[in-house]
Amino acid sequence: MRFEQVHKTPAVRTEQIILFRSSNQVFAISSASVQEVRSVDSLSGASMEINEASVPTVRHMLKRGAHGVYVVNAALHFGLRPSPAALIFLLRKTRVGLLIDGIEKMTTMTRLQALSPAFCHEERVWYRGLTVLDQNVIPVVNPQGFLTEQELLQLDATAGALLEAPAASASEVGLTP
Amino acid sequence: MSWTEQLDARSCVLLRLGDRRFALAADQVSELVAPTRMFRFAHRTPEIDGVILRRGRVVPVCDVAEKLIGKRLTSRRYYLISKRRQEGATDWVALPVSGDCELIQADLTPAGPSDSPHVAAWLSHDGEVIEVLNLGALTPGAEPEDRGTSSTPMAEVNG
Repeated sequence: MRFEQVHKTPAVRTEQIILFRSSNQVFAISSASVQEVRSVDSLSGASMEINEASVPTVRHMLKRGAHGVYVVNAALHFGLRPSPAALIFLLRKTRVGLLIDGIEKMTTMTRLQALSPAFCHEERVWYRGLTVLDQNVIPVVNPQGFLTEQELLQLDATAGALLEAPAASASEVGLTP
Repeated sequence: MSWTEQLDARSCVLLRLGDRRFALAADQVSELVAPTRMFRFAHRTPEIDGVILRRGRVVPVCDVAEKLIGKRLTSRRYYLISKRRQEGATDWVALPVSGDCELIQADLTPAGPSDSPHVAAWLSHDGEVIEVLNLGALTPGAEPEDRGTSSTPMAEVNG
């Protein structure tokens, strides 16, 4: 018995993405880079306020594991008008939580276009590229582009000082009769 | 001898920005399209207004009127899709223009050292002296052409 030869068409590379909203703008992020999606309310008990002047996009830190996770406000990061955020994406392989307004949908992209060289400022770090979905151009964010190593070090130093302060005052309380 | 040192008849596209006319080498022009939907997203390159979709390609829209005539265009009649070549790659920018464009043949006069960087050359047409634009100096993310030393043809030096 002979089978007809089947012509294989090259498989189209696809990537699962999450479309999310921040300040009325839609962005995409690879779903593989999102470890958890949590509501802001569910994390309120586990968060600590942090105020590092050089990193104005971060206002909260989540205590998770040995290191803190810093919550980046997506609207502030992208220079958009602040908006009421409802969800946090905890990103995989980074110490970043991303504060967003909401999720639009999950979908698949088949093509990621590189950002034109005409875009020559921070957006080159912010985005992996652009994708076209239903005749709309959506920027695909770079999960590594929210905080630099230097900013993480600064945030760690500030967080360390914040965590030490209550401990020091507690030990002082203990020493005082 | 660089191309700009030669007086040579070249095809150029005349474009209108407000009440002034400028020219672009024809081999840098991909097409002229009617205004289409512009998509905007967060970025920090002030010269870029947004992007348009053209033949499946995302093309940034760069309004050069402010640099050339001192004000942004209030009405956009067409987008002139222009090609920039750099480091062996081609990219496209859409330049909003406010009037009809015209393909002409004209003799080019090289730009002088005192001319603005955005001037690649000059041409004379209908009694008007018109700047031939250097896209590399006008649009972001491209190296301006070295007018004095380049020996590359026009299409390959802008961008």
